[in-house]
Amino acid sequence: MESVACRGCDLLQRIPPLPPGGKAQCGRCGQPLAVRHADPLDRPLALALTAAVALVVANVSPLMGLTVAGRDSTTTLAGGAYQMWVQGSEITAVIVAFCAVLAPAAYVALLISVLIMVRRPPAPAWVGVLMRWADHLRPWSMNEVLLLGMLVALTKIAQLATVIPGAGMYAVGALVLLLPAIASTFDAREVWRRIAWIEPKVPRAGVQ
Amino acid sequence: MDRTKGSARGGAVNTLGAAHAGLVSCTGCSLLSRPASAAYVGHCPRCGEALAWRRTHAVQRTWAFLIAAAILYVPANVLPVLTTNTLVSSQADTIMSGVIFLYETGSWPLALIVLVASVMIPLGKIAALAYVLVSVQGGSATSNRQRTRLYRIVEFIGRWSMLDVFVDTFVVALVQLAPLMSVDPGPGVVYFMAVVVLTMFAAQSFDPRLIWDAATMREGRTPPKRCAPPPLGARRLGTALRRRDRDGA
Repeated sequence: MESVACRGCDLLQRIPPLPPGGKAQCGRCGQPLAVRHADPLDRPLALALTAAVALVVANVSPLMGLTVAGRDSTTTLAGGAYQMWVQGSEITAVIVAFCAVLAPAAYVALLISVLIMVRRPPAPAWVGVLMRWADHLRPWSMNEVLLLGMLVALTKIAQLATVIPGAGMYAVGALVLLLPAIASTFDAREVWRRIAWIEPKVPRAGVQ
Repeated sequence: MDRTKGSARGGAVNTLGAAHAGLVSCTGCSLLSRPASAAYVGHCPRCGEALAWRRTHAVQRTWAFLIAAAILYVPANVLPVLTTNTLVSSQADTIMSGVIFLYETGSWPLALIVLVASVMIPLGKIAALAYVLVSVQGGSATSNRQRTRLYRIVEFIGRWSMLDVFVDTFVVALVQLAPLMSVDPGPGVVYFMAVVVLTMFAAQSFDPRLIWDAATMREGRTPPKRCAPPPLGARRLGTALRRRDRDGA
């Protein structure tokens, strides 16, 4: 039995031992409190490594191209942000590069390092710092919004020219499936349990 | 939730908030700890995150981000986001005229998606957060579950408003065929993106636990003296604590 306070409403609750695949949610506000997976470390690691490959493809290969009147142009993720910068919208370029390239890449890299480090507990305390960074980055990694944005852009341009979806687009599509899959197989409680405390000498609180 | 897979509701110790039991929950790793002093809560012993009874200045910060977003929402919609230059003409498009363009060219599902993501979600977020903030400041203790759910929806859908920024980025990146045709970003993009980022910050700086504090106060439960946490933003808790100290309870 482990006591937690709900993140949504601060209600103190004990989480009963969960069967594999079981979930616990707050009895007052419905916030998910804990999940237990049959395979809490290997499966998210496998998915995260796949996502890393998809990320490389998504960033290296062209996302889409267009042909009009014998001229053609293609663009990549970074190329889109770069073009915004060149056209004088520097702030937009920086935020787009962050949400589309940096945040997903950093998020996946942090997850892979955390999942590898916690395989042999106790992992050093700095792994906890990586966990917190990953947590902060997650809402800013916007692959699914990016994919929809590209589709809308393609439809808009299709009125003017012939557009060709590139390999990068399929890689972004794969990421859209992979990142939620990682999130749903990742067990933060199990990972934290395997990380050493920053202050190991602190006596544990009475309710444990 | 799939009950056949064996799910459980957390058994409540009793309807007691952690802060009212003198325990503080880490926002980074969820560890419960009992701080030595209520005034200086310190850091989480497990992950090192700064601890707080409630997120610092949650109500004030959320209001600040929200008001800034509401102000910037005007130029975001009035100023053009894209300028299309062809050999003979130059046309500036705002977000709304982009939606109308999509609708008129026959792709009304996409027009609807962009309309929802770019116009309705930002407005809905600002309205929903303002409602939650006003209700928290007014000490409302009703429909807590619904208000918490509303907040969670706002937190979840906020990022989808970035849609139009990505659309504009890729249109600009691809259509660079000067002198035949080129598309340049307009000044509206920056304002629109600022609205999205600011409303995301607003949602992240709010603390949904404040919604439930009023109900706990209504039950007449004040925190035990040893923890005495007046969470910043929850004025009613602070008032109750002062009253308790004054009455010498």
